[in-house]
Amino acid sequence: MADKVATREAYGKALAEFGADKDIVVLDADLSKSTMTNEFKKVYPERFVNMGIAEANMMDVAAGISTCGKTVFASSFAIFAAGRAWEQIRNTICYPSLNVKVGATHAGISVGEDGASHQCVEDLAIMRVLPNMRVISPCDAVSARWAVKAAIDNPGPFYLRFGRLAVGKVHGDDADFELGKGIRLRDGDDVTIMATGLMVHEALLAHEILKRKGIAARVVDMHTIKPLDEGMVEACARETGAIVTCEEHSVMGGFGGAVAEAVCRRFPVPMRMVGIMDRFGKSGKPQRLMEMYGLTASDVAGAAAELAAAKGGR
Amino acid sequence: MDKGKSIKLELTAARVRKSILGQVFAASSGHPGGSLSCADMLTYLYFHEMEVDPAKPRWEGRDRFVLSKGHCSPALYAVLAERGFFPKDDLKGFRSADSYLEGHPSMKSVPGVDMSTGSLGQGISAAVGMAIAGKLYGEGFRVYAMIGDGESEEGQVWEAFMCAAHYKLDNLCCFLDYNGLQIDGSIKDVVSPEPFAEKYRAFGWNVVEIDGHDFAAIERAALEARACVGRPTAVVAATVKGKGVSYMENQAGWHGAAPNAEQYATALAELDAAIAGLGGANGNGGDVDG
Repeated sequence: MADKVATREAYGKALAEFGADKDIVVLDADLSKSTMTNEFKKVYPERFVNMGIAEANMMDVAAGISTCGKTVFASSFAIFAAGRAWEQIRNTICYPSLNVKVGATHAGISVGEDGASHQCVEDLAIMRVLPNMRVISPCDAVSARWAVKAAIDNPGPFYLRFGRLAVGKVHGDDADFELGKGIRLRDGDDVTIMATGLMVHEALLAHEILKRKGIAARVVDMHTIKPLDEGMVEACARETGAIVTCEEHSVMGGFGGAVAEAVCRRFPVPMRMVGIMDRFGKSGKPQRLMEMYGLTASDVAGAAAELAAAKGGR
Repeated sequence: MDKGKSIKLELTAARVRKSILGQVFAASSGHPGGSLSCADMLTYLYFHEMEVDPAKPRWEGRDRFVLSKGHCSPALYAVLAERGFFPKDDLKGFRSADSYLEGHPSMKSVPGVDMSTGSLGQGISAAVGMAIAGKLYGEGFRVYAMIGDGESEEGQVWEAFMCAAHYKLDNLCCFLDYNGLQIDGSIKDVVSPEPFAEKYRAFGWNVVEIDGHDFAAIERAALEARACVGRPTAVVAATVKGKGVSYMENQAGWHGAAPNAEQYATALAELDAAIAGLGGANGNGGDVDG
């Protein structure tokens, strides 16, 4: 499809769009052509600072700049931003709650050919555990643009998770996003499929597969992992009695974990988590990897059908 | 620097040392050794060098200071209280659950602290960030940082040094508290980060080597840093860990240990004698008017 756009590309374009605000500074660690922060650099070179291949230093430099009244975006691949610089983000950004937005691209195994070393499937877990941190995982260009705006409009630390692959549009250009509020994309009362990021697309396809089987699956885009829309989680638990979570991330501690915590606390119902099972990724074409790691629409539909069957005695 | 000014600073530094000991004694924990070794430079910065306003700690035009060796918070807190950022009486609460004086500096809770630090190697990067912001936006403030010699075993310190030279941050001046000791012993024996001056020059910095307990020398270094164009300045300051308390001097064991009551009394007596020797009154509670 010609209108497919990677969320990282939407990120770069949004930085260029909102970058007219003179208090915005963008840092990158020698990956600006890949993270697409070069879109900002083209328009505002005077406020783009390349930090070289030194992510730990970059995060704390971002912290220092932010104390001078600036909004700082610091970008790299998710594995280096969240992984390598985790303690810098914890101690020097989140602890003092500074105005730094970590723009992490190339998250998940859809990175593809670069393989396990570059496929970050742990970032949601290690970012959401940090006090003061907000975490957004947009599924398309429209929500990615909104994520950048939300990060600018709300002072304090943000982790924005973007993907490498071009993806179709889920949301209309005029979609109404709100930080910490999930968006109901499909109605259904037999089971709820809550998805984030790339997996929202698979969830929508799964809805169609399930419909053909006579199962009405509700689909929710949970673009904000933290603060989690616990009200939405509770309503879906009460109304559909079963929840499947979908993430391009480990099933341990990430989005599914966040939903499970809320389900346990507010209204326990059976759950399934579609995600990566405690293992590393590998090289390959993204679509092939999604199949190998159980992240396709049919995997989602299978999990949802099992839950619905167990619930209804079907 | 004229003699009168130097004596005034020495008196202030002696009060700061008494406060460091007082905080660590009251908390029964903390890091006296490295606090005492950097006390003179901190005193110089806050009483002679930096433009700050204790009534407006977040004033945008202020000069900034980052204590990258954050475990030496007693020195920073002592200087900030002495300078009037918060009541000296509050120092009694250092490290206690009901106080805002966190074990390591917290910018969110302590007036005058410009950056939260404690995890070694990170503060210097934050200082580089402040200096970059100053350059990007044409602000006239200067940025000062204090790093440790043991801290320099952290690779991030060198990332920060590379970055500062690359961006020609002549508004940045980093002091190295070169006391030669870290928790496990001499820096030469643990994993030597030496030589410093040569490394800094190779990284593209302007380097000044001084005695970190000599106020006239500290002033010369600060003036050289101000005069240097196009390069950040590193001040390699030879210091004595535990400086000013005889039994703590050059003893790695006092890196992170608190004195008992007897040791505390001995330390205070020594510092009071130093104050008297400088012509100041014997301080009780640090009330000497320098």
